[in-house]
This record gives sequence, C-alpha cells and structure tokens, in this order.
Amino acid sequence: MYNKRSDKIFDEMFMQDGTVREPYRTIESWLLEQPRGGLKQKSKDAEAIFRRLGITFAVYGSNETTERLIPFDIIPRIIAAAEWRRLERGIEQRVRALNAFLHDIYHRQEIIRAGRVPEELILKNSAFCPEMMGHDPARGIYSHIIGVDLVRVSENEFYVLEDNLRTPSGVSYMIEDREAMMRLMPELFAKYRVAPVEHYPENLRRTLQSVAPPACKGDPVIAVLTPGIFNSAFFEHSFLADEMGVELCQGDDLFVDDGFVYMRTTRQPKRVDVIYRRVDDDYLDPLTFRKDSTLGVPGLFSAYRAGNVTIVNAPGTGIADDKAVYTYVPQIIEFYTGEKPILNNVPTYNCTNPDERAYVLENLQDLVVKEVHGSGGYGMLVGPASTRKDRAEFTRRIKARPNNYIVQPTLALSTCPTFVEKGIAPRHVDLRPFVLMGDQIRITPGGLTRVALKDGSLVVNSSQGGGTKDTWILED
Amino acid sequence: MLGRTASSLYWMSRYMERAENMARLLDVGYRMSLTPGLDSGHREQWESTLQAAALSDTFFAAHENAMMPQVRNFMLFEESNPSSVRNCLLAARSNARAVRTAITTEMWESINGTWLEFSQVKPSSVTADELPRLLDWIKRNTAQFRGAMLNTILRDDGYSFLQLGVFNERADNTARILDVKYYVLLPRSELVGSDVDMQQWMMILRAASAHRSYRHVYRDRYKAWNIADFLILRREMPRSLAHCYAWINSTMEDLETFYGVRLECHDLAKKAHLQLRNGNMDVIFQQGLHEFLADFMQQNNTLGASIAENYNFF
Repeated sequence: MYNKRSDKIFDEMFMQDGTVREPYRTIESWLLEQPRGGLKQKSKDAEAIFRRLGITFAVYGSNETTERLIPFDIIPRIIAAAEWRRLERGIEQRVRALNAFLHDIYHRQEIIRAGRVPEELILKNSAFCPEMMGHDPARGIYSHIIGVDLVRVSENEFYVLEDNLRTPSGVSYMIEDREAMMRLMPELFAKYRVAPVEHYPENLRRTLQSVAPPACKGDPVIAVLTPGIFNSAFFEHSFLADEMGVELCQGDDLFVDDGFVYMRTTRQPKRVDVIYRRVDDDYLDPLTFRKDSTLGVPGLFSAYRAGNVTIVNAPGTGIADDKAVYTYVPQIIEFYTGEKPILNNVPTYNCTNPDERAYVLENLQDLVVKEVHGSGGYGMLVGPASTRKDRAEFTRRIKARPNNYIVQPTLALSTCPTFVEKGIAPRHVDLRPFVLMGDQIRITPGGLTRVALKDGSLVVNSSQGGGTKDTWILED
Repeated sequence: MLGRTASSLYWMSRYMERAENMARLLDVGYRMSLTPGLDSGHREQWESTLQAAALSDTFFAAHENAMMPQVRNFMLFEESNPSSVRNCLLAARSNARAVRTAITTEMWESINGTWLEFSQVKPSSVTADELPRLLDWIKRNTAQFRGAMLNTILRDDGYSFLQLGVFNERADNTARILDVKYYVLLPRSELVGSDVDMQQWMMILRAASAHRSYRHVYRDRYKAWNIADFLILRREMPRSLAHCYAWINSTMEDLETFYGVRLECHDLAKKAHLQLRNGNMDVIFQQGLHEFLADFMQQNNTLGASIAENYNFF
C-alpha cells in the first residue's frame, strides 16, 4: 500500500517485514477494495458533514478567518483490546497519583518534606495557587477531567508527553469523528467490534453530579462556563452542555449572592451547584485572580471556598501538569502509590544544570525544546525540522532563561496510514484519551488521535496544521 | 432559561425575519425599476424602497443618489448597515452559535449553512440579472429555517421567544411598507386610480407576498381600502398586523402559563391585539392611516422593549 517512512519508525499498520498488524487486517483489505476516487469522495463528504455541524476552532493570531475546520482523516487508528487494557491501567495509576499529589501540595506538602520534589519548584511556580491551601474539594478530587497525551514509539512502548489536568479540550472531536465515521463507513463497523464512545457526555454528567458540594441537597444543578463564542473551543463547550442537557453560561450569566452562585434566568435566579468551567484560573474571579477579567464571576472563588459550589477542574491543578514538574511524575507516582510507573515519561533535560545545558546546546538539531508554560505547539523548536536561524534563536533564549525551557529527545512518533493528496501515506500520530474522575474513574475507550498531515512533520497540534482521526478500541 | 438565551433566541429569529424582509423589499424595488411609465424616473423608487426598509438616513449619510447598484450593495452586503442581509444573517448566526444548546441541529444547520454560503457571494458577482436568483435564494433559505424551527423545536418558553422575535419584526415591516406607500409612493393625487397607482399597489402586495392571495380574498381589483384592510385587519393574511398580534398575544399567554406570572408586556400585547381584532377600516381611515400606523409602530417597539425588560434580556 505504501512504503514505511523508515525502519526506525513504528508503523501502526505494517510491521518491519511488511506484514499487516492484526488490528488492521480487515481494514487493509477494505482499503484495497475501494474504487478509484472512493476515498476522495468520502473525504469530501466528511468535510461537508463537519462544516454543516459547525465543528470549527479558532486560530489565534490568524486574521484570514476566525473559524476553521480541523481536517479529519477518514482512515481510523485502531488499537487492540489488550494494548488498550495496559494503557488504561497506566493512565489510571497516573491520574490517581497526580490527584493525590495535588491534595498533598495544597495541604501538608509531605512530598516536599520528604525531599522528593524541590520546594522552590512548587512554591515559586506561577502555576501554584496559594489561594487553594487548606481547601477540601468534594471527594478530595482536584482534576476531574483529564486528557493524557501519549505517543507510541514501538509495539510495547508508549510515552506520556503531557498530563493535561487544567481544561483539556478535544473530546467533542472524539465523539463527532465517530459520528461521521459511522455515517461514512457503516460496513466497517459491521466487520469490527469497536467500543462505543458516545456515552462520554453521560459519564461526564455523572462525574459532575458526584462532586456536588456539601451545601447541595437534592439533584445538583450543573452549568458549563465558557469564555464565549470567540473562544477557540466554543463549539466543544456548547456541544458538551447540549449533550448533558445543562445550561451553557458566560461569566455575566452568573452572579454570587450571599455566598451562593446563581444563574440569571428569564424569571427567578437559579442556584448552581457544580460549574464545569472552561475559563482559565486567572480569569475565573476578578475579586481573587486577574482584576481585569470580564470572563469570570466576581465572588465565585469565595463561594467555592465556602463549600457552596464545586469548580471543575479545581483552580490550581496546573501545578501538577507544569512542564517542569512533569519531570518528577515518576517519583510522584512511586511516592503516592508505592508502585512503579506503568507508562513512561519522556526523558527530559534540565537546562539549569550546566552539563545538561551544554549537551542540549550542542545537540539542538536532534532535540525538541518546549516552553515550560507554553501549549498548543506555540513557541517550540523541533530540532530535526528547524533551520540554523531557529536554532540560533533558541540558543539565545535558553541561555537567557534556562528555567523557562524543557528539552527532550525527538521521539520517533508512530505513523498511521492517512489519506492525503497523493493517496494513502504514513503520517505521525499521537493519542489523547479522556479520563473522568468522580465517584469512580471512567476512561472512555478511544480518544483523540491527532495526525501531523505534513509529510515528515512531528507537530500534531491543530493550530499547526494537524488533523484528527477516529480512534477505535477493539473489544475482545 | 437564561435571560441571555431568551434574548439570543428572540434576536436570532428576528434577524432571520429581517433578512427575508430585506430580500423581499429589494425584489420589489427591482421590479419597480423595470416597470415602464413611471415618469419621475427610477430614483424615487429606490428612495421608497430605502424608506420602507427604514434605511434612508443611513444610506444618504454615505451616498448622494439612490441608484440601483448602490442600493443593492447597501441592502445586501454593506457592513456599516446593521440591517443589510449580510449583517442580519451574521447576527442571526452569532446568536444561534451562542445558544446552540437551545436550538435543534436542524435549525443550526440551516442558519449556519445559509451564512456560510452567503458569505462566499462576491458583491461584484451580483449583476442585475443575477439579483433575482440571489433574492430567491435568500427567501428560500429563510423559509427553510422557519420550517426547520416549526418542525423540530420543543414547544417551551424558547419557542415563545423565537415566535415573538418573528412577529415583532414582521409587524413592524408590514406597517412600514404600508406607511411608505401612503407618504412616498403617492405624493400626487392625480395618480389615484391610474395604472401607475395600480402598479404600485401591486408592488406593495408583492412586498408582503400577498398579490395572489389578495385576489382570493377580495375578488376585486386593487383598491386602497381593501389592501389596507388586508394588511392590517385580516387575520388570515400571515403578514397582516392582526395576524402578527394574534400570534404575539397567544404566545404571551403561553409564557404567562409557562412561568405562572403576568407582566407588563402581557398587557401591552393584549391591548394591541384587541385594538386590531376589534378594528374597523372606516375608523382607521378617519383617524388617518399614517397616524394609525405611526402609533402602531410605536406600540410595537414599546412591546419589544418591555419583553426584553420583563424577561431579563441583557
């Protein structure tokens, strides 16, 4: 079907000797049977479906148009049941440990006392939220909704790139991609036993209900808080509110009175118990955080501290997915669970250490440099794809602010067959499964597979020309 | 329901209705411009179109003469004109996007598809012979939106706010068209009853999509008295003031039942509704049609503001 990129790169479909990996056998023969132009037509149909549904995202800093469609690739990424079970175990271990870490950091800070993470790294970190000290959120959970970014480099090796513990996005694409696939290729679903993903919103609702604050008696009222229609993920906010059957609010739809949060309705104000907020910490409450924020709700944080409302995810979770803290996650897992990590961390160089910095600066062309507080693929350097000028620029920046960067080896992300201009070709992919933590841990079998559509590119972010694929977890 | 949601639903359907009315008015203006025998030239026709659309002031602030290409661009595409079809469709879509959770997929697809397609139209491509096609397309799409709404939306308070937006806008539009006919189209009494006069009355009926149904109801030639009666008091005429207010009043009653509260806006709606239901053309003509219509438009505006206030739009 196509030539693998190189023997060093793991391909999801073809093994070294060219035979097809088990989960892909059926789809390979299906692809070979497709008439000329058939895939192209399906690809066009998919685009029409997405455009009509209004599944768009905004790209900041691009003035050509504020809304764009994320390219969707029609060839699914397929993961066998046994492979998935191992990932699930690893993810569950990780999110339990990170929540325990957050509870500890905002209480007794045993892990700092034990000398496992440096005090300075936590207390002087801008992601640390001192306002959260001593607060006990419902069920002791801080990060309820988590998207763990994984990459695969061989048959049995997965690495965690990032633990997104603040307000991870992309789950609506997981669901809508599946919806589109079922419309476009019903015959494939008859041949495979694909685990369903469409109950995610129902599970999200149950998770949110289960963390209602102590002050809530009876059926909790849930609201989704969005920054508004100009936010890049607005589609997702409204999609989730709609699927859960709860109100989608902007900051000025809510107000705090006598320590409780209310919605402004057409008649009487309605009390809100659980807020799934998609507004960043800084903008949540102008009385506590950024004073110039118009996106938040004045007084929200004190209502939260009084135990009258639950904010999901809790403020201050960023301290656990900070890129500098990431390096310590293996120790964090051991400290709180007494177990060895099931999923690997990517080895990370610390630029404040002179030896490691010297190594980094000499080998930039083979490394990936990320800003500690960056996200979305902005402000990063991918060594193998960089120019001499880029590298000179990053050398300057790293020397100026070594603690602002983390550096990792360039991982050979696995490739997956992808339908492009020339036909079917291998393209690099990652995977973001979605985890819900409330009365129980619920991991949706699937996730968002992001694919770098440019030949050879390793950057999968949608803001940098990445696309998505439906992700199939097979049932036994 | 959030006050903001109610507001967005109201304005979403109101803007869709306005887009349709703009297309209809432009269509009539276009036909008039093709009609021979109007000696004062075509300028006046376009001025009256702008007046019926309540756009004269905005237009003449930027243009000296009302000629077809300028008026066409102004009413269809002009970004500085808040009521251009472009801005109506965009505002309707922005409101729809903000309340995606409160409308159905069918409604969203219709409103989103309409905007996406319209935003691709280049103003320069709308030549005189392309104009009718585009206007038909606008009318078809707004009708499709309304069909999607009526077929799929839950009949709760959201439905009420959607209907109020439509009929508030439509009542204003019909009243304005009639008023303009009286004051702009027919300044000279010697034309009354002439062919030109007939022609102009037919245009009015067309602007309200009523030129065929008129015949069914009156079985008579166009007469000012009948036409005013048709557009003001006939409940079976779907763009008449009486029809709009019958809907508004029953929608207000639904809201009263839904929330269990009667507010100022309910009394206003009821009063206007009863005036129209018990109205009599003789009395209206005696009072003066213009005075009647001006008074009505004022009441209609007040009602819109009262709904917004009573239901916490903001």
